[in-house]
Parts: sequence; structure tokens; C-alpha cells
Amino acid sequence: MLLIHCPYCEETLPEAEFTYAGQAHVIRPEDPSGQSDDQWQEFLFIRANPKGPHYERWRHFHGCGRFFNAVRDTVSDKFLTTYKAGAPRPDLSSLTEGLK
Amino acid sequence: MNAPISSFTPSVLAESAAARVSLAAPCARLSLRVRGDFAPLNTALGLTLPTRIGQRAQSGETQALCLGPDEWMLQAPETLAPGTQAACDEVYGTLPHSLVDVSGREVTFEISGPRAVDLLTLGMPRNPDSIAVGEGRRINFDGVTVLLWRDGESAFRMDVWHSFAPHVLHLLETGVRELAAEAA
Repeated sequence: MLLIHCPYCEETLPEAEFTYAGQAHVIRPEDPSGQSDDQWQEFLFIRANPKGPHYERWRHFHGCGRFFNAVRDTVSDKFLTTYKAGAPRPDLSSLTEGLK
Repeated sequence: MNAPISSFTPSVLAESAAARVSLAAPCARLSLRVRGDFAPLNTALGLTLPTRIGQRAQSGETQALCLGPDEWMLQAPETLAPGTQAACDEVYGTLPHSLVDVSGREVTFEISGPRAVDLLTLGMPRNPDSIAVGEGRRINFDGVTVLLWRDGESAFRMDVWHSFAPHVLHLLETGVRELAAEAA
């Protein structure tokens, strides 16, 4: 079982308390009516599927109930970091530095 | 609204040498959501709302448990709830908040006994000992979201939604018997 650090509870807890909530940092366009069909398609359906670090959302469902963001390596399933929703995307090089 | 609608009556529900599960008498439960500087609410409630998740505060018979960055659960005897709500209503104009009476939503199981912690491990993925005495958490118990209050080394209260209560109780009953059989 994965252990996930909740940035709100400040505790590292079992995966069973959390739910996955898709890719992080998908920003809704500020002017929706100005979007073309292709842009809407991009926003709604097109997601990254990286092999390696992935920015994604998680929710501490059986706990504080908060959504937060995480960087998880999709190969090793290791969480590189978790951070609060709304916080800027952490720089990947600073996260992977300790692993080398 | 607060009448017990589950089929159990307040009493001991399961007991063995290992642990004991009983149903607590009904109490008033208030769900509080507020953001920003909530000092006026502290005054209205007569207690200081804890700010770290899992922390509890108590004033007289009213207890508050911090569930999230902007969420608290308040428990008090049924007679105190109208007064608490009236006091909070007075500060609503300056500090908008949500205070909802959810007394009818849950039942409380009291879990105690020498192996109460072992009993909880049957349904909890997290370590029960990560919850310090005098704290509480919202947790996953056998797939159900419940509130767990730790009152002593081996004394817990578990608030379970009515519809999930028979399911949770069934697991606790099995555990109580199993732990006793293990010791025998």
C-alpha cells in the first residue's frame, strides 16, 4: 500500500484514506465562449500520460476531505512530493535531485 | 429529529473479556464550516476552536474537533444546542459561517476494554496509536468514513452514519468475539 503525505493534515497516511482525482494543473479557460472546438477538446479530454513524474490531484477523502496536488513517478509509484491545492507547481529538477 | 432511528437501543452491543462496544446516548452534533478570522465565534461558543487537524477543545460539556482546515464538529448535550446556535447566529452578520445541526445523522459507539486498539486495527488502515489520547480524526473504517475520538489509552468513541452503523457494528461484534477467543 502506498503511503501518502497529506499537506493539510501534515501526516503520512495509507492510500486507503485517499482517492485519485486526475491530472493536476488543468486550467479552465477564462473565456469559455471564445474557445474553438479543438481547444475545448484539449481542455476536456486530452491528458498527459507520462512515463515518469506525473503531476496529479489526490483527495484525502476519509480525512480532511481536501484536494491537494502530488508528483508521483508512474514507473516506481513513488511520491516525490505533495503540496496544497493552489500552490505553484514545484520544479521537477529540485525533486529528482535527491534520487540520483 | 434526534430520536434514535437505528434499530439498536442505547446499551452494550457487544462485550467480551477483550473489548466492549456500547451505544452512547444521543447528543447534539453541529457541523461548523468557517474561514478567515473566527475569533468572534470562539467568543460565541465559549471555547477556542482548535486549528490543527485532529485537535480537540472542550468547554463544559461542549466539545469541538477540528476535521479540516475550515471544518469542525461540535458535540454537546441536546439541551445546549439551541443556545449554541443562537449565540453563533448573532455573529453571523460580521462573520458568515455554516452551522448545521446534524444530530440525526449519526450514532456513537463507545469502544473500550484492554484490547480496544487491536479491535480498531481490524477496520483501520492507519495505526490507531497515531491518534493521541485527547485527539480525534475522521478516518476510514472498513470502507466507511467515521469520526474517531480517543478519550483514553483504550477508550474510543466512534461516530458512524446511521445507514453504515449495522455494517460497522457487525465487524466490531466479530472482532470482539475473535479477540476473546484468541486470548482463551
